[in-house]
Amino acid sequence: MAKIIVVTSGKGGVGKTTTSASIGTGLALRGYKTVIIDFDVGLRNLDLIMGCERRVVYDFVNVIQEDATLAQALIKDKRLENLYVLAASQTRDKDALTTEGVERVISELASNFDFVICDSPAGIEKGAHLAMYFADEAIVVTNPEVSSVRDSDRMLGLLASKSRRAELGLEPIKERLLLTRYSPDRVEKGEMLGVEDVEEILSIRLLGVIPESKSVLKASNQGIPVILDDESDAGQAYSDAVDRLLGKDVEHRFLDVKKHGFLQRIFGGRE
Amino acid sequence: MNLLDFFRERKKQTPASIAKERLQIIVAHERNQRCEPDYLPALQRELLEVIRKYVNVDNDQVQVALENQGNCSILELNVTLPER
Repeated sequence: MAKIIVVTSGKGGVGKTTTSASIGTGLALRGYKTVIIDFDVGLRNLDLIMGCERRVVYDFVNVIQEDATLAQALIKDKRLENLYVLAASQTRDKDALTTEGVERVISELASNFDFVICDSPAGIEKGAHLAMYFADEAIVVTNPEVSSVRDSDRMLGLLASKSRRAELGLEPIKERLLLTRYSPDRVEKGEMLGVEDVEEILSIRLLGVIPESKSVLKASNQGIPVILDDESDAGQAYSDAVDRLLGKDVEHRFLDVKKHGFLQRIFGGRE
Repeated sequence: MNLLDFFRERKKQTPASIAKERLQIIVAHERNQRCEPDYLPALQRELLEVIRKYVNVDNDQVQVALENQGNCSILELNVTLPER
């Protein structure tokens, strides 16, 4: 049986899709058969981040409405053997996703995969609700910024009360914090909330801290999940997060201001 | 910036600590609301109607709060009567 992980945040633009793509890719890199589902019906973007936008023939809604089979709709990643993407539909019909339909697709996937990653849309509407409803674990993506932290707390409340696990009285969803777009130098100057501050406010376990990095935009421009850029700080931070997700005890990196070397200070180095 | 400003600046809170303080307050407030039972707003409305039969009070002069302490809950009703 697969582990079902939702990547959620409440607020938009904090890095849910970037995270889903990188965590999914990282799990596949480590040999786990993984599928990433885009729940953002009407605004599909996971395909672009994964670089498979021109290979979408059938989507999630087609499978739910039984216009296509899962085998037809799953897009196999070009780079990794174990990785698949299920694209969102571009329909404007808000009711395209149904609880029964999503349950059927997820349970079919769960019996064939090790991990099912649900990339949630922003907000707390139907798409976001269904993305987290069947989850075993949640990665709450948060920026060190007031509106994002508040929305994450709201999302935590929903995970604890409106999920299938909550409704059936099962063991609650395992919640983990992923702090993205983190700038240690701004934290040091007192301009940005620090990782301890956000942890204290949300009081959930920290999965990782992804530093603000030029490599994220560079990777999304090319349709390559940033975790595959193993020279970048963001890529390495995602890699650590995947190891922690799998239960490894990895020390947190990139929390302190980078010390530039003598030559780098004179000539300026690559970020 | 002169020297005096520099020392004044250091005493001030940083933007990050202001953010943290604001978040702690709003998050605590919203968490309390989350555990409130659904009937609380209706209860507050009806209580207000009863009180209004006898005393003329404003909408915002009645506060209803439910507090959980161990295995019992306390319903706290706070009515501010107008000055006589």
